Amino acid sequence: MRVVIAEDLFLLRDGLVRMLEAFGFEVLAAVDNGPALARALEEPSLEVAVVDVRLPPTQTDEGLRCALAARRARPGLPILVLSQHVEQLYARELLADGKGGIGYLLKDRVFDAAQFVDAVRRVAAGGTAMDPEVISQLLARSSTRDRAVNRLTPRETEVLELMAQGRSNAAIAEKLVVTERAVSKHTANIFQRLELTVSDDDNRRVLAVLAYLDRG
Amino acid sequence: MHVTRIERIERIKGAALAGARGLALSLLSLAGSLVLFVTSVVSIVCIVVGVGLFTTPPLLRLVRSHADVRRTLAARWCGVTIPRAAYRTRPGDRLPGPLGQPDACLRMLRDPATWRNLRWLVADMTAGFGTALLPAALVAYPVEGYALAAGLWRVFDGGVWWYGFIPVSGQATALAAAVLATLIAVVAYYAAEPMLRVHFTLTRRLLAPHGAELRHRVEELARTRHDAVDASAAELRRIERDLHDGAQARLVAMGMNLGTVDALMESDPATARTLLARARADSVRALEELRELVRGIYPPVLAERGLSDAVRALALRMPVPVEPRTELPGRPEAAVESAAYFATSEALTNAAKHAAATHVRLQLTHQYGVLRIDVTDDGRGGADPEGSGLRGVARRLDAFDGTLTVNSPDGGPTSITMEIPCSLLPPGSVA
Repeated sequence: MRVVIAEDLFLLRDGLVRMLEAFGFEVLAAVDNGPALARALEEPSLEVAVVDVRLPPTQTDEGLRCALAARRARPGLPILVLSQHVEQLYARELLADGKGGIGYLLKDRVFDAAQFVDAVRRVAAGGTAMDPEVISQLLARSSTRDRAVNRLTPRETEVLELMAQGRSNAAIAEKLVVTERAVSKHTANIFQRLELTVSDDDNRRVLAVLAYLDRG
Repeated sequence: MHVTRIERIERIKGAALAGARGLALSLLSLAGSLVLFVTSVVSIVCIVVGVGLFTTPPLLRLVRSHADVRRTLAARWCGVTIPRAAYRTRPGDRLPGPLGQPDACLRMLRDPATWRNLRWLVADMTAGFGTALLPAALVAYPVEGYALAAGLWRVFDGGVWWYGFIPVSGQATALAAAVLATLIAVVAYYAAEPMLRVHFTLTRRLLAPHGAELRHRVEELARTRHDAVDASAAELRRIERDLHDGAQARLVAMGMNLGTVDALMESDPATARTLLARARADSVRALEELRELVRGIYPPVLAERGLSDAVRALALRMPVPVEPRTELPGRPEAAVESAAYFATSEALTNAAKHAAATHVRLQLTHQYGVLRIDVTDDGRGGADPEGSGLRGVARRLDAFDGTLTVNSPDGGPTSITMEIPCSLLPPGSVA
């Protein structure tokens, strides 16, 4: 799988290149600034990009802006955004076009190489990978406001969190060490209690959950 | 000294310009100052019947900007710097609610700078008017003399036209008028610009703050500086303590765990693995703590996006629904942004925590050189402006000459207004 990496800190960039290569990715380009990233994202054979939010020359949200511009030019272009901190504001901007193929993760998530690579693959396949931090903020906020979320059982809440991160039923089952059938029963219950329409599409599922958690 | 032709032309241009400017100033002095003075006096007199309480503050604010216009012109036209007035009252300084206007009115009337402004108005519409009109007249009057000599005198055939002290009644006297006009033109050539300067020097005399006022201002600055230095020292102590007890301790624990792992790798791989997992968990916790700390020092989103988006991001994190409306056409300087952000954060947290609010409205605007943040909740009210939280906010704003106004009757709602005088950097420039 062909990937572009944008990260300005040499150690991290180097680490990312090695890790992704170890998992069989082909690194098309590893750049350290916004303009170079913008050029790299035009590469037609690109399958997924891993991009740091903050990049030179502005050292502000150059990476994020490059990613959003690239997705306007090529709708659905899979991009995984990494950041030292996560903000719901940025998560919304990334999800706003509803096209999928979006990830937004804390940089710490690279500590677990297997899970991180799984997230990259999920994004490349058109799914989503939202950081648990974003989801738990949303859940915490919603639960103080909205009783429907409070009516969920602890297990259902766990399933909801994983679902909102963008995981499939199979992945949730594996993570919680239960059968896939049990997970689909939970998801059906969750959709019913939250009055969401069921959809087989992983990405639409995430958008539905996020839209629900976020309303009001 | 030898004067070149180009210099002479420049000087003629300068004199003509001084004349035009003098004319503009004299109109400003007469119309502006006269109208403002009369209406202000009437308004102040009307305080007795109540109406004045409401009309006086906006009028006095108008007087301030009228004076500020003169400051700008003085600097631009003649390079005369008139120090800014040390007003004790600022636009946001008033009790909230229906008592606000009368309170603002009384505060402004107690401010010596207000009375100095009014005295200046009187001088400006008389002496100021004269000193501004003189260069204009000097530049314009010769034109009439030449016009008479060129034949204008014929129009008044039979009558006598006085040009200065010359009664013009024929071509001979008209030529004499032209001679006088030349003399006046020479005077204008040398004196027009210095005369305009006289006008501004007079203005400075009347508008520049006096000793007592400056002393008051210095005391205020010393106090706010002391508070600001105090606050930042306390902040540094907090950061030091947090690093020492948090991230640093975790990294030490991690290092120890890794050392043990090194020793156990061969003999007891199972324990080594557990310790490795613990070391990784420690590194995650250390990062979380560092993140929190960074957010407390300077929020990353503020650095990346500026005040508007940082405040919107803050609103998204609040446990109560916050409806943010931000209309900033640029970014304030970094220190102001940071103060405004933390003040907003404190106000929102108060609303969520203590006021039991279910909805908060947040408005961020910049008008007339003042950054204004309004936070209004539908909570139970009774917020104490003297409480440690709000006092902290007031101190933070104080360092920038900002103000905090709290209106929180028992039973609610609470509205908090924060104002910081500042200018905005155009969008796109990185703070």
